[in-house]
Amino acid sequence: MRFVGFLARRVVGIAAVMIGVSVITFAISHVIPADPAVAALGDHATSDQIAAFRAEYHLDRPLPEQYLTYLVGILHGDLGRSIRTRRAVADDLADSFPATLELSFAALLVAIVVGIPSGVWSAVFRGRVPDHVVRVLALIGGSIPVFWLGLIVIGLGYYQLGWFPGGGRIDLFVAAPPTRTGLYVLDSLLAGDFAALRSSLLHLVLPALTLGYFSTAVIARMTRSSMLEVLGQDFIRTARAKGLRERVVILRHGLRNALIPTVTIIGLTFGSLLSGAVLTETIFSWPGLGRYATASAVSLDFPAVLGVTLLAAVVYPLANLAVDVAYYWLDPRTQRG
Amino acid sequence: MANLAVGALRLRGAGFVARVPIFGNPLNVAAALVIGVFAICAVFAPILAPYDPLAQALGSRLEPPSPEHWLGTDQLGRDIASRLLYGARISLVIGIVVVALAGVFGTFVGLVAGYAGGLVDETLMRVTEVFLAFPPLILAMAIAGALGPSLVNAIIAIAAVTWAIYARLTRGQLLSLRRREFVEAARAIGASRARILARHLLPNALAPLLIQASFDMGSAIISAAGLSFIGFGAQPPTPEWGVMISEGRNFISTQPWLSLFPGLAILFAVGAFNLLGDGLRDAFDPRLRRVV
Repeated sequence: MRFVGFLARRVVGIAAVMIGVSVITFAISHVIPADPAVAALGDHATSDQIAAFRAEYHLDRPLPEQYLTYLVGILHGDLGRSIRTRRAVADDLADSFPATLELSFAALLVAIVVGIPSGVWSAVFRGRVPDHVVRVLALIGGSIPVFWLGLIVIGLGYYQLGWFPGGGRIDLFVAAPPTRTGLYVLDSLLAGDFAALRSSLLHLVLPALTLGYFSTAVIARMTRSSMLEVLGQDFIRTARAKGLRERVVILRHGLRNALIPTVTIIGLTFGSLLSGAVLTETIFSWPGLGRYATASAVSLDFPAVLGVTLLAAVVYPLANLAVDVAYYWLDPRTQRG
Repeated sequence: MANLAVGALRLRGAGFVARVPIFGNPLNVAAALVIGVFAICAVFAPILAPYDPLAQALGSRLEPPSPEHWLGTDQLGRDIASRLLYGARISLVIGIVVVALAGVFGTFVGLVAGYAGGLVDETLMRVTEVFLAFPPLILAMAIAGALGPSLVNAIIAIAAVTWAIYARLTRGQLLSLRRREFVEAARAIGASRARILARHLLPNALAPLLIQASFDMGSAIISAAGLSFIGFGAQPPTPEWGVMISEGRNFISTQPWLSLFPGLAILFAVGAFNLLGDGLRDAFDPRLRRVV
């Protein structure tokens, strides 16, 4: 019952934030100095064409009315029509979002699989060479521009070694798997199409490594510091005094307790993954939300920009909510509070 | 009692910030040195740069590093070292302006929310939550795209997505400070609200703000370079590091130095600010100093 109350409070909070988000994105895209009608139709459009365009996109209505129309549309799943692609924004987002989700999940997987053991390793060897190596790599990960890293990774993995494809989601000569989830790796598995699975996995490697490096660094740092804190506690000394093997002390007693702040940070890095995805997708020609957002913003396609920003702003708090729920179950102390 | 309390404040206030031993750690010294070198490059770029950063020399295009051109030349024959030096100027200005804009505005909002409390606090904090819900680069891109691609607009966009964290930090600090004895004491001796805010609360809330500012210097440089890379920030031929990486993108397999050096410059500059932020945090929080 307490959990339901906790969840309800968070959901109401997120809904309130979403209304604020929609006001801000709407305000941004409707105070733009450039005229979206001219941007879409070109400098040579007649005044009649511009007027028709304005009427079609409700640009001739008062701003509060435009906002209300937009809000009602959102509640009905209608995010407007893209000026650039001439399709419903919701359809465009439905097409491009799974690609970003697949890339973000792959990056998060890299970050968890590499980041947590690195953090533990660093803490166990505190002050020695492995610790210094992990800390330097983590510092680089937190400071490296993702778009530059992407270029370096393509230069090495594609141009120099030729091991991985340089861009796209799947080989040109391999048919994409039938869409069920939109995630190529999962869809290939479901369809039993191993050629598509191999190709989509190979295409994921470089962009996932690029996008995942920052989160890896964050997770490694957090795991290291929480491990150091936990390893200094009395119950660890007790575990050692009981004669438990060091491996058991570190993994079963230390890591399990140190993981709680790490889980929180994993949720928080999801927002940075979405930001990083914009740049990573541009480098790797990855047909996701980021590339769609960039192309839309360049052509002043405000319904599309609004749609992407809104979707991104929904995903981030939802990821944090998921973390809070996980936290609630992981740490019994939060259930009492 | 009041004098004692105010005396304690002086010890913990701005003077405390200045006396924190951050230079006891060699890493902090290294970070400060790198930042110092960048600042010198930025200030003295016109003296240090061997060539005009915009001067094209089509006869010496895409030359590898050599004694004439230490870091080589780009696709238009421009000297990369000179462009890099001028780029330091742009990047450091971006960092300083973003942190100043976001820091001042965010701190002001946080002070108002934390001190006023009640409905004002509730409303302002909901607004900051909304800003924090956006992935920063996507919101910055939307703002920069709406205002039109330029360096100034990129700076405005990055500041607009950065201020909220200062508001939260300041407000959090204020909530923990305003019931403290030295504030009660100041109130008891008749200090005005404005004086309590400016002289007593703000100096004591400075430490986390300084730490955040150091991290934000780095993230502002990266964000501005990222916006320029995708065409929403500085425009060619401006020698901004993100623009330089973008221009070298098509030559990554044949003339990698075009992108390599500006990327390394960003890495070093941002790394130094992050390291300094870590150092400040450790120095201000002795508990962390033991742990991290």
